[in-house]
Amino acid sequence: MMEELSIYIHIPFCVKKCLYCDFLSFPAGEVKRGMTERKTALFDNGTAEDDIEHYVNLLHREIMLSAEIYKKYQVISIFLGGGTPSLLTAHQISRIMETVRSHYRVAQNVEITMEMNPGTIDNGEPEKYITSGINRVSIGLQSADDEELRRIGRIHDYAAFLKTYDMVRMAGFRNVNIDIMAALPGQDTASYERTLRKVTALAPEHISAYSLILEEGTPLYERQSEYSFPTEEEEQEMDRITRQYLASCGYHRYEISNYAGDGYECRHNKVYWQRGDYVGFGLGASSMVQNVRWSNPDTMENYAMYVTSAEAKWGYDGAEHCQFIKVNGLSGTEAGYIPYRQVLSRQEQMEEYMFLGLRMVCGVSAAKFEQIFGSPIEGVYGETIDRLRRQELLVRDGDGIRLTERGLDVSNYAMAQFLFD
Amino acid sequence: MAAIDQSKIRNFCIVAHIDHGKSTLADRIIEKTGLLTSREMQAQVLDNMELERERGITIKAQAVRIVYNAKDGNEYIFNLIDTPGHVDFNYEVSRSLAACDGAILVVDAAQGIEAQTLANVYLALDHDLDVFPVINKIDLPSAEPERVKNEIEDVIGIEAQDAPMISAKNGIGIEEVLEAVVEKIPAPKGSPDNPLQALIFDSVYDSYKGVIVFCRIMEGRVSKGTPIRMMATGATAEVVEVGYFGAGQFIPCEELSAGMVGYLTASIKNVKDTAVGDTVTDVNNPCAEPLPGYKKVNSMVYCGMYPADGAKYPDLRDALEKLQLNDASLHYEPETSIALGFGFRCGFLGLLHLEIIQERLEREYNLDLVTTAPGVIYRVHKTDGTMIELTNPSNLPDPAQIDYMEEPVVSAEIMVTTEFIGSIMQLCQERRGRYISTEYIEATRALLKYELPLNEIIYDFFDALKSRSRGYASFDYELKGYEESKLVKLDILINHDEVDALSFIVHADSAYERGRKMCEKLKDEIPRHLFEIPIQAAVGGKIIARETVKAMRKDVLAKCYGGDITRKKKLLEKQKEGKKRMRQVGNVEIPQSAFMSVLKLDDN
Repeated sequence: MMEELSIYIHIPFCVKKCLYCDFLSFPAGEVKRGMTERKTALFDNGTAEDDIEHYVNLLHREIMLSAEIYKKYQVISIFLGGGTPSLLTAHQISRIMETVRSHYRVAQNVEITMEMNPGTIDNGEPEKYITSGINRVSIGLQSADDEELRRIGRIHDYAAFLKTYDMVRMAGFRNVNIDIMAALPGQDTASYERTLRKVTALAPEHISAYSLILEEGTPLYERQSEYSFPTEEEEQEMDRITRQYLASCGYHRYEISNYAGDGYECRHNKVYWQRGDYVGFGLGASSMVQNVRWSNPDTMENYAMYVTSAEAKWGYDGAEHCQFIKVNGLSGTEAGYIPYRQVLSRQEQMEEYMFLGLRMVCGVSAAKFEQIFGSPIEGVYGETIDRLRRQELLVRDGDGIRLTERGLDVSNYAMAQFLFD
Repeated sequence: MAAIDQSKIRNFCIVAHIDHGKSTLADRIIEKTGLLTSREMQAQVLDNMELERERGITIKAQAVRIVYNAKDGNEYIFNLIDTPGHVDFNYEVSRSLAACDGAILVVDAAQGIEAQTLANVYLALDHDLDVFPVINKIDLPSAEPERVKNEIEDVIGIEAQDAPMISAKNGIGIEEVLEAVVEKIPAPKGSPDNPLQALIFDSVYDSYKGVIVFCRIMEGRVSKGTPIRMMATGATAEVVEVGYFGAGQFIPCEELSAGMVGYLTASIKNVKDTAVGDTVTDVNNPCAEPLPGYKKVNSMVYCGMYPADGAKYPDLRDALEKLQLNDASLHYEPETSIALGFGFRCGFLGLLHLEIIQERLEREYNLDLVTTAPGVIYRVHKTDGTMIELTNPSNLPDPAQIDYMEEPVVSAEIMVTTEFIGSIMQLCQERRGRYISTEYIEATRALLKYELPLNEIIYDFFDALKSRSRGYASFDYELKGYEESKLVKLDILINHDEVDALSFIVHADSAYERGRKMCEKLKDEIPRHLFEIPIQAAVGGKIIARETVKAMRKDVLAKCYGGDITRKKKLLEKQKEGKKRMRQVGNVEIPQSAFMSVLKLDDN
């Protein structure tokens, strides 16, 4: 059987950064911020639209030049994330998809997700996305309460979301995710429950329900004292409502923050938790292929240099070099632009297998562990598993090892125990 | 070597309150006598331990021999003996003073006399030293030299009108001080022909020479080959080398004779054999009596010291062993704590001494320590008539076996400007002080005398004193004796398990307050667990205070996708690393900082 690959494509542009966001994203006009004068030449035309077009060109080149490396792989999912991918024109999206399709083996039943933000798509665009092959849409709503949206710096209101949602449905998308958030400033259990009701009434196939995390360096984190956040008790109640209510509406929880109708679990995300191979294209994108993790340069300047240098060295058909990269990861000039690369040891692989796998409600398989690592899970983690079972954070039923509901609540505590000294 | 004319020797020390400029004056004297060039001078020559310089205090007494060409045309030998400036080292101070024939009293022209100045001057006068004052920092805008002179005359009763007016910092008036040393400090007495009688005033351990004994020869003579005996400890040895103190170095010479200050080495392995205050004599021609004033130095304050990393226990033991080579007043013995594992119960002269040892262990020996609350030595009188000295609260006998307990009490003198008398008296009252008297030194300053239990002043009394007097109060104390007291053992229970390392002895009336504060502090220190953790303070099994660490509700990363994995793993690693540094008591993990935090209960 052919090896499977997932592709992540990062679009770092957004209209305006949300106050809680710590992703690598920025308004398109700010690409040149922090660049040296010489390198600005790479982006010499100026307008935000030109910046985006330049970036799409770089993506196009990176996707093409990497194709040789992955020619033995079959692509089972593609995820266009951001930022706000829907800031790109339908034409640009279609060009990126075309590049992937013409250079990679894409499976018949591939899942192709595109993230969208309300208010960033025009009439007629969703139809074009479908034509490009996109078959799943993920819309960032976060809250159905306009006041809550405003407080966290979202650019849209609930009405704008509804309009986007309708457009997407009208265009014919049959697999839609809606992102919502709990523990927002000024939110209470009643308003959160209203959001849940409104969202489920729209019957999306998938719901991601996150708790707000205050990430260091974000405006919300820096100014947290100016906001009033739900109490610990309220937050716990929101979690309870989420589980109970979504279950009653037919959504099953399959990961800490993810709920799906039957048959609609997100294939792409499960690749991350089940440690499938994935490659990331674009600014700052992360990859893991054959137990090597790396990430792309996270400044536009270095990204452009990286692509240009790789092209010069590998050419468009650097098969030998690509084979080397596959085994050893990047090296040489282009590696100089790679901010992070790590060949995972067997122990690190085991750790990841556990702490990523246990994020999923179904947990991990003992048989699969033994198959991958050649030793029974009891021999490696027997003590930890027993301890967590005694604490009722983990259950073992047959082959499956999974966290209990309480275990998922305190999963950091449980997962940390699977790390080696 | 030409014989040294005894009449041209001056043995003296400088007494002063902290910060009044003692070390600076010593530097200037050494500089003026030409022994060192300015370039060679470290900022403060006498304080040659790094730690001493940083703290600005002198820990160990040291001495220096310098040569001064006086205006009368003669060459004089000055032995300047430095004395520790803190009450913890009172006994060492007294022995250093006994090695001198006179003292320079340095008084700050702005601050005037302070409690410690008085204590040191009285100590000097008690040793029959001739004391003459110098007024320092006369170039400060706030200097009031005339007022200070009058104060010296009124309070101490020594002539001060012709006192040299100096600025040690700026080198003003130093010549005058040197001339005054020649004129006002008497030459030593004693005959080289009498049996050897030498006073040990300090010693240091050197890994090549063994113990280097600092001594003042009162009678007789000593040279290489002299068989000597330490009269109090009984240790005997044969002298290998004698010499005097250059600036920061030992300079060997042929002989030390009556009136001289110098050192001797005799391949002695342990400073315990050369106790400060002991008398050295010649085995073949012993003196009839030892010199007066020797006493065995006892630890006043005890605490448990544990390595933060249990595997470092042997390192801690080695480090303590090495420190003790140079510090006979440091005591330690192994002990075991359920919470902290293997460590040592250590005894110190006082809290400053404790802090210095702790810092040296951490800095010079690179050890990470967990220290338990310092306590004093209690006397537990049992119903069977026996008495035990209690240094570790965990060893308190069953209450049924205790007849009564005693605690050490000190006589304290506090110098304070009159506006703060009220608040200082209130502080002493809060610390169970017994009022003795108030003496007005001048219209605006008074000397308060109190008797205070030692355990009330070892923690933070000095800080409290400073803050309640805006820094103006000064303080000195000496051990008075033991008194019966209503003492109880306060235990801390974490999740119903007693944590031995947190137990301490406290007066019954303060038990509730201390217990409550301990619980509050610990509540902030102990991280949430999967279950709720009660933190209780108990006296004799009765709970007197309680706090609760709530159970962990949620500890989860909401998002973990492709780009997050490395970062999230680091987060989990940090969490695991944090756990490793905790101490397990029952099924509760207690961070080491919790044990330390309870030492500072009053800084809110």
